[in-house]
Amino acid sequence: MNLEKVIFGFFIVFAATLNFGFFIGEIDNPVHHDIYELFAAVVVNLIATVLKFGDRTQIGAIHLATSLVADLQLLAAAMVWGYAEHVAHTGLTPSAMSSIVSLSGGALFANVISVVILIAETIMQRR
Amino acid sequence: MNGTPTSTIFLVLRRLRTPLIVLIVIFSVSVLGLTLMPGPLDPNGGSMPRLSFFHATYFISYTATTIGFGEIPYAFSEQQRLWVTFCIYLSVIGWAYTLGTVFAMLQDKSFLSAVAAQRFARQVRHLREPFYLICGYGEAGHLICQALDELGYRAVVIEKDETKVGDLELQSYSADMPALCADASQPDTLILAGLTSRYCRGVIALTNDDSANLAVAIAARLLAPSLHALCRAEHAETAANMASFGTRHIINPFEKFGEYMALALHSPAAYHLLLWLTGLPGTTVTRHREPPEGKWVLCGYGTFGKVMTEALENAGLPVTIIDRAAPLAAAHSWIKGDGTGGEALRAAGIAEAVGIVAATASDVNNLSTVVTARELNPKLFTVLRQNQVANRALFDAFESDFAMVPAEIVAHECLAILTTPLLAPFLAFVRQADDAWAETLLSELTGRFGWDVPTVWSVTLNISQAPSVYRLLMRNGAELKLGELLRTPVTDLPPLACAPLLLLREGDSPRLLPGLEEPIRLGDQLLLVGSETARKDLGLTLFNGHTLKFVLTGQDLPSGLVWEWLAARRQVRNA
Repeated sequence: MNLEKVIFGFFIVFAATLNFGFFIGEIDNPVHHDIYELFAAVVVNLIATVLKFGDRTQIGAIHLATSLVADLQLLAAAMVWGYAEHVAHTGLTPSAMSSIVSLSGGALFANVISVVILIAETIMQRR
Repeated sequence: MNGTPTSTIFLVLRRLRTPLIVLIVIFSVSVLGLTLMPGPLDPNGGSMPRLSFFHATYFISYTATTIGFGEIPYAFSEQQRLWVTFCIYLSVIGWAYTLGTVFAMLQDKSFLSAVAAQRFARQVRHLREPFYLICGYGEAGHLICQALDELGYRAVVIEKDETKVGDLELQSYSADMPALCADASQPDTLILAGLTSRYCRGVIALTNDDSANLAVAIAARLLAPSLHALCRAEHAETAANMASFGTRHIINPFEKFGEYMALALHSPAAYHLLLWLTGLPGTTVTRHREPPEGKWVLCGYGTFGKVMTEALENAGLPVTIIDRAAPLAAAHSWIKGDGTGGEALRAAGIAEAVGIVAATASDVNNLSTVVTARELNPKLFTVLRQNQVANRALFDAFESDFAMVPAEIVAHECLAILTTPLLAPFLAFVRQADDAWAETLLSELTGRFGWDVPTVWSVTLNISQAPSVYRLLMRNGAELKLGELLRTPVTDLPPLACAPLLLLREGDSPRLLPGLEEPIRLGDQLLLVGSETARKDLGLTLFNGHTLKFVLTGQDLPSGLVWEWLAARRQVRNA
């Protein structure tokens, strides 16, 4: 067992689970989506991205790409939240909430791909 | 660093992984903590809402980057201030750690060499003109780079020694010479330096390590079989090894000098002709004293000593060897001792000798030997081996009759092979010719062009090198004599300042010194010697149809559709 592999797998799966936890619930109901969970998802996704830096293999490149997509989607979701609360002063209307959650849904898809690649990579290894 | 050049961006990202994660963690912990701290008391008695993520991110961003706008959006509560104090120190640690890592990386050897290798590879990739790949930038490499630069060729250099690469960067070459500090015996390095590029015209292996040269030779043979490979080899075994897999040009400076010496003994004029033709561009050849016939003394029977003994003995001159160890072949007369001392020299009969060869691997000993020997016999002809380039001043001061400088010999030979492939067959004739013939030719050529090293070049009369001649001969089936072509394209058409040395025609024996009445045919290869201007003028004649017509007829023909039409009408009217 390799500690580096454990940490790597941990962050990728953790990013996906946090993302899922935020995403699940009624799409336009602010009560079902907690801001702290979104924050945690953003931070863990960023760390997962940095962990994927510097791998020159083909699989490493796709790993990094999916993570970058997830980051972009989650940061966009966070920005929409901040815009609705502080710039537009409309508060979390159902339309703002649904766009936040759908953005995080896109990130979730990218995170699922990441996890699938991780599993495929593990299965390919015969050791 | 092996294989393809390490992409610097990947290296940077890999090194910055930990500091980036540390920064992200510090930032997120600070933001999260700030959103959790209770706000200050409201004047109405209640408490202000806690900071939102938006405000917390904003506050931490400007605090962590030491901008510090103050407490926004309201004056903080004591709990918030406590947390912010903690955050400030945390972020300072994070930044200090990150910056430290970045600076350490920028100073890092492997990072710097990765950056340099990448820059070098990019430069080589962007070269869009023919270049030579030079492995080893020692004195020979330096001379060759200089000469190639002067002749207008590009060069790419691989050198193991960092200080020499630095030297190269300080030289003021007219064209930029990409240089890499790496081991040339690695095939990857050679590929990086453009061995397989279609613009690479030749590989020159000049390192002072025979095995590295051998590695370059085999890499060139396997990766780019059609390239010219010129390799230096100081040991006979290396040379034999290189020859075994078909390296075309193997240069052994000691053997070459032995050949020169033999030629100088056999035919001084031929020797001078050879020196004059193969000299480095921009130098002047001076006439040497001729090596005298008689008894010779040789100090130091090593690789070079053996070659020299052979050359002298083949010329029928007796040689006495001075060395600490007895020579393997017992036939030589041998004095045990050191050439630097007077006794050994006297015992070897220096008083009645005509010449001395100082051939040891130590420059100081060689100099000391010849100085002592000259004191004992001032009329001695001295042949001096110079090992270190740094000792040049000492050797110049001594004024020996012959100085054997390996670097210069290698450089001469490389340039002769690279720039004028036809020169080698001509020189082979010169080596075999008798002294009287060589003397006549030498005095004729130096009388015409002086003792400065001339331009020697070859021309093939085909569509790529002489399109105008090709068109003339193909279309009109005209007869053309060599003398008609070799004229200056100015009024009165004086002959060009150049002389043909050799004419090669397919299916015909080579013609030495072809006459000006010689008719030329397509596919002829010509070797010419003369001035640089003559070379340019001839190039113009061979490429430009109008210049060719002017050279042949002395008339400036009209060019352009309208003028040609008018000229044709006038001709019809006159006829």
